[in-house]
Amino acid sequence: MRPVGAGVPLRVEIADKTFHPAGGEPLTAVRDLSFEVRHGEFACLLGPSGCGKTTTLRILLGLDKHYTGSVQLPDGGRIAAVFQEPTLLPWRTVEENVRLAMPPEMRSKSLDALFETLGLSAMRKLYPSELSLGLARRAALARAFAIEPSILLLDEPFVSLDEQTAQRLRYLLLTVWSERPTTALMVTHNLNEALMLSDRIVVLSPRPAHVLGIFDVRLPREYRNPQVMNDLHLSFREKFPHTG
Amino acid sequence: MTAPGIGIDNRPAAASKPAPASKRARPSLLPLVTVAASLAALLAIWAIASTIWPSRALPSPAAVLDVLIRDAASGELFYHLGMTLMRVVAAFILAMIVGSVIGVTLGMRQRADNFFSPWVVLFLNLPALVIIVLAYIWFGLNEFAAIGAVAVNKIPNVIVTMREGARALDPRYGELATVYRFSAWERLRHILLPQLQPYIAAASRSGIALIWKIVLVVELLGRSNGVGFQIYLYFQTFDVAAILAYTLAFVAIMLLIELMLVQPFERHATRWRRRPA
Repeated sequence: MRPVGAGVPLRVEIADKTFHPAGGEPLTAVRDLSFEVRHGEFACLLGPSGCGKTTTLRILLGLDKHYTGSVQLPDGGRIAAVFQEPTLLPWRTVEENVRLAMPPEMRSKSLDALFETLGLSAMRKLYPSELSLGLARRAALARAFAIEPSILLLDEPFVSLDEQTAQRLRYLLLTVWSERPTTALMVTHNLNEALMLSDRIVVLSPRPAHVLGIFDVRLPREYRNPQVMNDLHLSFREKFPHTG
Repeated sequence: MTAPGIGIDNRPAAASKPAPASKRARPSLLPLVTVAASLAALLAIWAIASTIWPSRALPSPAAVLDVLIRDAASGELFYHLGMTLMRVVAAFILAMIVGSVIGVTLGMRQRADNFFSPWVVLFLNLPALVIIVLAYIWFGLNEFAAIGAVAVNKIPNVIVTMREGARALDPRYGELATVYRFSAWERLRHILLPQLQPYIAAASRSGIALIWKIVLVVELLGRSNGVGFQIYLYFQTFDVAAILAYTLAFVAIMLLIELMLVQPFERHATRWRRRPA
């Protein structure tokens, strides 16, 4: 446990992020976006498609450095990412893909439990081309959790899956996350997904993205049955009538 | 090649009726048989022609074999083959490394490419002979100049191929490596080289064929051993049997390298592309 008053693991204050396409109009993706994610919390960035969520995540991942403002990540901590595409290296097996992401001192660790939880035990020696899309995403989750990250960033990891597979993967994510707790921030445009998974939802405006408000889901996840989810939907709509 | 054509002709029949196991094994043997028959026919034509028009300029296959056995017994054949092979390997490695580094750099940096592109075109169009003669004049008649001249001939081709490879790199894999903090070596080995592999294979393929031909010219002009030197020697005595013996011996070695080294390596490098059965 962290001492009271310790800094939050993730603090975002992006003043401006504007793209300057060659020969096109400049495009402001993010303006005055500021929020934080508390230690051990599962937070969601919820916003309409194309509002700048992925751009924000790319800034957090250090993949985009051309912005004004500041982001604060855990000092020296490991950051794991799950992208929209599974992005496994096609020329390495599932297990090699996972181990390669791990820092050298962790590589010899047993991954049996993690693969077991994610139902990948029989797929360790397969190449990504031999996996279904759902299995490939599980492998991407395995890779993210294997490095024991101090923060986990997910960019719509269940998009373009059929709803049944997506739902199964959401439960799997919750299972792994409760076994290996970490601070998590997930980007999504799916309100249902956000209500099901998160402790806090950071609601974003259409582009340029800024925070419309925070929606706290204080209820423990095991109580979020269909009836409760319905109520959560209603109270969300009450608070944010103009979104989605 | 004729073999794949035959394979395609067989397929509709096999698809309409489930083929018995013995029939299914045949297409895999067929290409080998075809190649053997094709080479035997060439040899037969050569043998017949040399008996119809017997002359010193067209020795029979048996006469060439005699020279091969004679020079193999004295060890001379292996010495010269070895020297040529050494130069081919050295020039190949040098050209592939230098060409790949320059090619990938140009493929990744548009401004550098804009500047150096004319240089590449210039070197692509320099005749091999000019490069060899200049190398010998500037650096002397030595091994360094010989191997360097061959490499410089090949480097522009490697650059052009590898530049295409670098342009086709998928940025998502690079970002993955950034996020998960791959070391420079891991990035090279697990991200860069696997993506460049088809381009490396293409550059190597055309490279080996081109390089060994240029090595012979280099040996002819300024070395005192190797297959090129021997061919020059026998040219002065019009000994066609010996010229053919050395040429065929080296072609055989290059064929062996292709079969024993290049193809198994490619199979290994592309094993992940195999579809599940």
